[in-house]
Formats: sequence, structure tokens, C-alpha cells
Amino acid sequence: MALTKILLDEHETVCHEGETVLEALLRDNVDIPFSCKQGACQSCMVRSLDVPPPAHAQKGLKDVLCKQNHFLACLCYPEQDMSITLGHQPEYFTEGTVIAKELLNPETVLLTIQCKDALDYYAGQFVNLKRADGLIRSYSISNSRRHAEKLTFHIRRLAGGKFSEWVHQELNIGDTIAVSDPQGLCYYLPDKMEQSLLLIGTGSGLAPLAGIIHEALEEGHSGPIHLYHGSRDVDGLYWIDEMRELADKYENFHYTPCVSRSDAPEGVAQGRANDIAMVNIPDLKGWRVYLCGHPDMVNQAKRMAYLNGASLQDIYSDAFHVASPTLD
Amino acid sequence: MSEATPNQSLFEQIGGEAAVNAAVDIFYRKVLADHRINRFFDNVDMEQQAAKQKAFLTMAFGGPNNYTGADMRNAHSRLVKMGLDDSHFDAVMEHLGGTLKELNVPDNLITQVASIAESTRNDVLGR
Repeated sequence: MALTKILLDEHETVCHEGETVLEALLRDNVDIPFSCKQGACQSCMVRSLDVPPPAHAQKGLKDVLCKQNHFLACLCYPEQDMSITLGHQPEYFTEGTVIAKELLNPETVLLTIQCKDALDYYAGQFVNLKRADGLIRSYSISNSRRHAEKLTFHIRRLAGGKFSEWVHQELNIGDTIAVSDPQGLCYYLPDKMEQSLLLIGTGSGLAPLAGIIHEALEEGHSGPIHLYHGSRDVDGLYWIDEMRELADKYENFHYTPCVSRSDAPEGVAQGRANDIAMVNIPDLKGWRVYLCGHPDMVNQAKRMAYLNGASLQDIYSDAFHVASPTLD
Repeated sequence: MSEATPNQSLFEQIGGEAAVNAAVDIFYRKVLADHRINRFFDNVDMEQQAAKQKAFLTMAFGGPNNYTGADMRNAHSRLVKMGLDDSHFDAVMEHLGGTLKELNVPDNLITQVASIAESTRNDVLGR
């Protein structure tokens, strides 16, 4: 096929034989970010909205990006007509109804929302929750894919946090709330079932990790799965019994709760979750690593995990917005 | 590394893109673990940084590139304000050499790579 058509935001560009998508778009004066033109810098990453892009155009991209049909325009010699996008699509919201609300600890509420339409998400992704007046916040889905219409969230009350305060104080069972399409790249794909997994979360960073762990165990992940959940003190932890029960049930799942500021009771480790994890597992070569929670923890742990041998392709992270400027 | 023949470019002699990928992995770890320079890499996106290092090493290995001194200047101007100087550039050069040695690249090729990398010094340091 000599010519292919590239549709970008209702603008059609013809791509000639032997021409990359980037070359065609630039020739057509389309404003698209790019730099190295050789697949290294990834500035020109775009996403196909219809057909899967050619595999050669996804070289070097993370598996989760490939799965969502992202590709590099500078490497792509299209094999058929494609509809592509540069950024995020307009968000689609479905109606949700609060069906349960309970406290996990003094500062975190477990919210269960029944969605009108089943959502197609991966364990570990987040959605945007929108209040009737338009106030929006992102929250991670804390359950596995088994319940696609019933989503659970861990909502931590932040000092001065408008949305979290409202959820804690005013949102009631039976109230409705808008739920966006699932987003984010920190999620579990059931491939490489024998790969060792390390998951580190602080505070409500446990939410996506719990979803990932349940998903992995339900899918029959056979490699060891290590969870380190940290907080300043024991009050900030939750689901200790649930995670211990899970560790009893599954031989390959290991759980270490950690507290950084106060004295650790029996069965709880003393120190920051990421420090303890890196001491216990000094060699992360070949491991897949998930990091969720306080941005400082996520950044430090990402660097440590990489220096300890994990490949960047295997490190998935989600830094949460926090009101508190201090770590843990 | 592949057998050198007179007709091969420096990039081919080193081993092409596969060599760049192997080198990025070793090089970036060395740089991040070095207390003399790793503060310059705080608050950067690690994936983007690894991609930039790949582009840089491809250039230094004599491979295809769109290198411009102006880009290099702009990219490092923030770091020059933070105190980036010759000693830090020297540290990076040291890791580049160490990386290539680890990959068993012959000395004469390491010298060529080093001289290409060295040619960016004034742009990196904003002089």
C-alpha cells in the first residue's frame, strides 16, 4: 500500500510510502512535539485510537503504554489508515452511587461506589471522582477486576482537603457521584507470572497495591509477591488483619507493615517502608516494582529500586497528592 | 562487541543500538550512584532522563543524531545555575569510560567516543 491516511483531531494527513507518521505530520505543518527522530527521546509519543500500531513503532515503550496503543510517530511506517491522538481524550463520566462507607482508620474512609456502566480498568488504575459542583479529585481503585461495576476507594482526609473533607463529612450512602474512565499506567498485567513483585505503599497508597495484589493472586501469579505498607504510626495503617490472612492463604504473598515515627508493636517493622524493603531485598534485578503514595517516598524508592538492579521498564509508580510536606 | 573491519563506522564497531541500550543501563546507574553529581538528577523524570542519555550515548558512539549545541546548552542551563562545573563534567566522562570498559569496548574506540563526548563540554557548561 502506497498511501495511508492519518486522522488527528479531524485533520487528515496523507502518509506516503517510506515516510514515517512524524515526517508526514511535519510536512503537513501539524504542530507535534518531537526531538531526536530516532526513537530515543520519546517526545513524539502518540496513541492510536483504532488499530493497533505496528510493533516496530512501539520499540522501547513500557508494556502498559504498548497495551494502550501508544507508539512513537518517528518510528512508525503505518501499515493501514490510523486515527491518532496527541494527548488525553475528553473524559467520559458514568454515574455512580455510594453503596457503602466505613472507616479503615481514623483518617481514611473505604468508599464503595456502584457504577451504572461496568468500567474496563486494570487493577492499580485510578479514576476521577466528580462532585455535582464540578470539584474533581483522582482516586485509585482498590479492588481487582472481578467487580467492574462496584469500585472501592480509600479516601484519606487531608488537612484543608476540600474533596476528602466532603467525602468524610457529607457524602452519604445513596448519594450519586460521577466516575471517570480509568486512567494511569501503574497497573498489573498478567504476563510473566513467575516474576517477583515488590510493592511499596505509604498511607492510602495501599489502595492500588491491594487491587494489584488481589488481581495477581486471582490470576495465579506464581512468583513471590512482597508488600511493604508504611505509615508514621500504627493508626495510619489499616487492613493489617486482612493482609495477614491473605499471607496465610497464599504461600507466595508476604506482608510487612512498617511504622516510621512511633514504636513498632510486635509483628510491625520499625522504619520507613521503602528503606526496610530495600534492606530486606537488596537485589532487585529482574523484579517488577510498584510504588504508590507520598511523592518523596515514590521518588526515593524509584531511584533505589533502579540502583538495586530493577529495570526502569519494570518500575511502575503513582505519586499521590498530599497536603503534608513531610515524608511518611 | 563485533569484530572491527576498516569499512565499519564507529557506531557499528561498538555494536550499534544494542550497545547503546546496554551502555545506558550501566552508565545511568553509575551516574545516579555517584555522590559528586547525583544531586543534579534529583527531581527529574527517570524515564525521560534515561531516554536523553540514550540519545546522548548514540551521538557519542557516532550514531545517528540531531545533536545541536543550543539544545545541550538549554538543557543544562538550570544545572549551571546550581553550580555545574568542570569537575562534574569530568565525573561523567569517567563513568562513560568505565561503562565502555565494562562492555569490553577496545581502548582505541573508547578514545574516539571520549573525544566526541568531550566536544560537548563548553555547551554543557554554558561557555
